[in-house]
Amino acid sequence: MAMLEVTDLHVYYGNIEALKGISLEADPGQIVAILGSNGAGKTTTLRAISGLLRPRSGSIKCAGKSLVGVDAHVIVGMGLSHVPEGRRIFNILTVDENLNLGGYLVRSQPRLIKERKAGVFKLFPRLAERRMQLAGTLSGGEQQMLAIGRALMSDPKVLMLDEPSLGLSPILARSVLRTVREIAGRGTAVLLVEQNARQALAIADKAYVIEVGRVVLQGEAATLASDERVQRAYLGGFEAVGTQAELGKNN
Amino acid sequence: MGPFLEYTVIGLTVGSFYALVALGYTIVYGILRLINFAQGDLSMVGAFLGWTLLVSFGLEHLPIYLALVVAFVVPMLGTAAVNLGILQFAYKPLLKRSLLAILITALGMSIFLQNSAQLIWGGAIQAYPPNLLPSSGIFIGDVHLTYVQIGLVVISLLLMGGLVAFVQSTTLGTAMRALAVDHDAARLMGINVDQVIRLAFVLGAMLAAASGVMLGIYYVQIQFTMGFLLGLRAFTAAVLGGIGNIPGAMAGGMLIGLLEAYTTGYLSGKWEDVLVFGVLITVLVVKPTGIFGERVAERM
Repeated sequence: MAMLEVTDLHVYYGNIEALKGISLEADPGQIVAILGSNGAGKTTTLRAISGLLRPRSGSIKCAGKSLVGVDAHVIVGMGLSHVPEGRRIFNILTVDENLNLGGYLVRSQPRLIKERKAGVFKLFPRLAERRMQLAGTLSGGEQQMLAIGRALMSDPKVLMLDEPSLGLSPILARSVLRTVREIAGRGTAVLLVEQNARQALAIADKAYVIEVGRVVLQGEAATLASDERVQRAYLGGFEAVGTQAELGKNN
Repeated sequence: MGPFLEYTVIGLTVGSFYALVALGYTIVYGILRLINFAQGDLSMVGAFLGWTLLVSFGLEHLPIYLALVVAFVVPMLGTAAVNLGILQFAYKPLLKRSLLAILITALGMSIFLQNSAQLIWGGAIQAYPPNLLPSSGIFIGDVHLTYVQIGLVVISLLLMGGLVAFVQSTTLGTAMRALAVDHDAARLMGINVDQVIRLAFVLGAMLAAASGVMLGIYYVQIQFTMGFLLGLRAFTAAVLGGIGNIPGAMAGGMLIGLLEAYTTGYLSGKWEDVLVFGVLITVLVVKPTGIFGERVAERM
């Protein structure tokens, strides 16, 4: 059974239909990439799943339990963690305090907090060095590590990452994505939203391509990477604009 | 030199009352970007609850320490309940609307509290038991410190220290600081934002109520209108220190208290408000971020 199961998700901003029936699945240990251009609905999909947005209809299930209508802060406790776009770390707090907040729900169990923090530091040794530093003074890459580390403090079954490589140098981006692979390797289901389709497909098991609120293509990451339409639209660079409409028609 | 130090002592005493009320403004503002204009009136409610206990219920006849503990703790809890009621029924329905609507509602709540107090306790001036704390004192050099001043300043410092410790070193306090940065990100940590907002209202009201009881003990006389000017001066203190900033509110409160004491001492009590609100206007014009330079109000 899939760890995360989204079926026919519809989300509106006012009268505008942002998601027109998205369905997707992620299994434990799997990295599932969501690709698409700006405004396609990738971030909206994640925000609806984590409870920051209320979907109008559709179902979202995490480990068999419905997340629809559940408050965002409760969803975290059900095993789903969301690293939002732009990292959104608490820049006036220290690295340590940011991690503590990641473990907010188990704050009464200092042993558990300590254990999980040690796990995060093992994954990102840089954070251990910067522990007492204000998060706002970290470099972009370190801030991304902190955002991911903070999300791991709740020990999620499903981890959702929104553009983790945005604004990072290619080397850092690759290192962050490698870490994502490592996280998935421990059995976490990872939902990865990426503009950098090439790198995302390189580490993902499965991918969905979203255009204007609909899934237009889905399949094994390797298959999609060699798909001509994906190559033209997302891997080819700048000619993408014209081909996207075509891509929509084909489906 | 003599009077200067006397005035300084008075200023710091009164300033610690302002600091407590200013902290209430600043905590709530930090989280909600809302100026809870009822803050000063919460202090008045606390003063009357304390008066009711001490005078009407005769608590003043109990041993002094016991009387003081009850006269502080019960009004603090009672006022916290009042503030939670205000949050729930007046602010909550408006939180997603324009900030102006909440601001006007806050002014309305201030008037509501004053009128309710007038209905409950009457319009007349009431008096705290004058000799609750011994009116004698000690001399340090040639400066006279009364036991009342010492006692009240100590209680203020304990309350402020407790607040700082809570906000700085507990995870719940850290969550409060996180809310000042990003509500959605806080939700994604599993923080129940509504709960933390309620906590801020409880803390703000408790500090205000404590300052109200202290004002009663210090000035003896209380009246249902006392919260208005107190609130405005404390607001000035919060803005002066940099609203949203906790050390700023404490420093601002002390500065306003000193300014008031020196003005009364060297000029005349009539000039107090002119100078205090002159400071408010000057800060808003010249350095709206206050002394501690926190970013002020995207939405104010």
